[in-house]
Amino acid sequence: MDTKDIKSKFPIFRNKVNGKQLVYLDSANSSQKPKTVIDRISKFYSKEFSNVGRSVHSLAVTATNRFEETRDLMQKYVNAKSREEIVFTKNATEAINLVASTYGEKFIESGDEILITELEHHANYVPWHFIREKKGAIIKFAKCNERGEVDIDEIKKLVTNKTKIIAVTHISNVTGAIMPIKKIVDLASQKKIPVLVDGCQGAPHVKVDMQELGCDFYAISCHKMYGPTGVGILYAKKKWLDILPPYQGGGGMIDQVNKDNISFPGSPTKYEAGTLQTAEVVGFSESIKFIEDVGIKNIMKHEKEILEYGLEKIKKNNSVKIIGEPKNRGSIISFTIKGIHPHDIATILDEDGVAIRAGHHCCQILHDKMGLAASARASLGIYNSKEDIDILSNAIKKCNKIFNN
Amino acid sequence: MDIKELYQEIILDHGKNPRNKNICKDFNKDAKGHNPLCGDKVHIYLKLDNEKKLANISFEGEGCAISMASASIMTEIIKGKEFNVAKKIQEDFLNMIKKGSKLSMNSLSDTENTTMMSLSGVKRFPMRVKCATLAWHTFLEAVKGSKKIVNTEN
Repeated sequence: MDTKDIKSKFPIFRNKVNGKQLVYLDSANSSQKPKTVIDRISKFYSKEFSNVGRSVHSLAVTATNRFEETRDLMQKYVNAKSREEIVFTKNATEAINLVASTYGEKFIESGDEILITELEHHANYVPWHFIREKKGAIIKFAKCNERGEVDIDEIKKLVTNKTKIIAVTHISNVTGAIMPIKKIVDLASQKKIPVLVDGCQGAPHVKVDMQELGCDFYAISCHKMYGPTGVGILYAKKKWLDILPPYQGGGGMIDQVNKDNISFPGSPTKYEAGTLQTAEVVGFSESIKFIEDVGIKNIMKHEKEILEYGLEKIKKNNSVKIIGEPKNRGSIISFTIKGIHPHDIATILDEDGVAIRAGHHCCQILHDKMGLAASARASLGIYNSKEDIDILSNAIKKCNKIFNN
Repeated sequence: MDIKELYQEIILDHGKNPRNKNICKDFNKDAKGHNPLCGDKVHIYLKLDNEKKLANISFEGEGCAISMASASIMTEIIKGKEFNVAKKIQEDFLNMIKKGSKLSMNSLSDTENTTMMSLSGVKRFPMRVKCATLAWHTFLEAVKGSKKIVNTEN
């Protein structure tokens, strides 16, 4: 893959950071946006804008069509059976909250068990905590092993007749471990337990096929997929969307409203209350097109190459400890440097134009388990090159030099 | 600017060999500071005697070099001083970090001035100001006898 060509499609790389060329290694946090996405939003506001699904004038029809086209593209991207299975939310966090809240309300009772893992991002723990508090449910954590992955047997051990849902990440945003989703779904379906997958680190980086994975719910963050902020997607099997209650109430999600009673339409309308991030949803169509133009298989191959190069290069530095050694790793390298706090690492790297994340990455359970308050994380995107890794590696050496170790 | 202006020798030294990092046995006041987003934690212990003098001060905590060095430097400088003087030093320090003001206290020794000023580079790193100020705000809460956990992220 020609990363120079790819980078040229992202205007942000034309800017200097602290006088240096930008080396962006924080895509697991949020990715940069190609020009086509930025231009699409501008064009929508300049030429096509109106609220969607409500008025009959020409602009409303155009806006509605453009908005719904993104739904069609997304259906194809994740290979959902129907467009009704794609619900727009404000982010992946809201997608998980939607499921926790509606499914939890209807199906989880006191003493029931919610099975998650120690790898989960707070977005796939806190919403379940609310249900635990509200319903008196129990949250069980499948253990992560020393390689930073969760073995299928750990999950198997914790499944009981009380298990009401299994909620797991697709790819850990700290260790990069790719979870055995298909095996988890096979295990769960024997007991008719639905599976929710937090796909934030999955959808932008690996092939996601809902028919192949077989999960019941899959949450996507569009801003991590080279798309605008403020948009998330919940894929849910239609059978669930048909029986779960609405999430939020408001305009657009009703069928009939009178003083005594209110009825609701089917999915996805039932779950899309109020005016959504219209321009951002339309802009997101260009992100999907961009990914498809490059090709997800090419992206996987490219990121794997850069990841392996990065792991090898960084491992050579004896003061660096890479977190986790999963057999299947996504495009994430979290690390610590002996004697240097991750925030100091991030500040020193930033001086060289290298953007990484430092902190617990919204995974306090995992960091507590590893005995770390924080870690540094370099995460890859479509635009990263071996040269970026070289610059990162040199900047890490500079940390060593400043701290004299 | 050069990153070495931030990570000066004095800061690195205090970061690696923090002074007064323990629980002083005679403390009669203490307070905690915690910045949950970045994870920096500090616990200040001090003895305020009958003459309102800081007879002793120490800290425990974990965090980045800036936060730990700042806590260490603070305890070294204000230990043994009258509370009113220590409060003025605290204000001076915050003005230096936040506004870039020069230190105005003339009662400090040259060494004390140099040590405090080693943290002046933080001003140019807005994301790190909260690290440098955590211990200093926590110190004031300890004197007040407040049970509130100090947070300098908001």
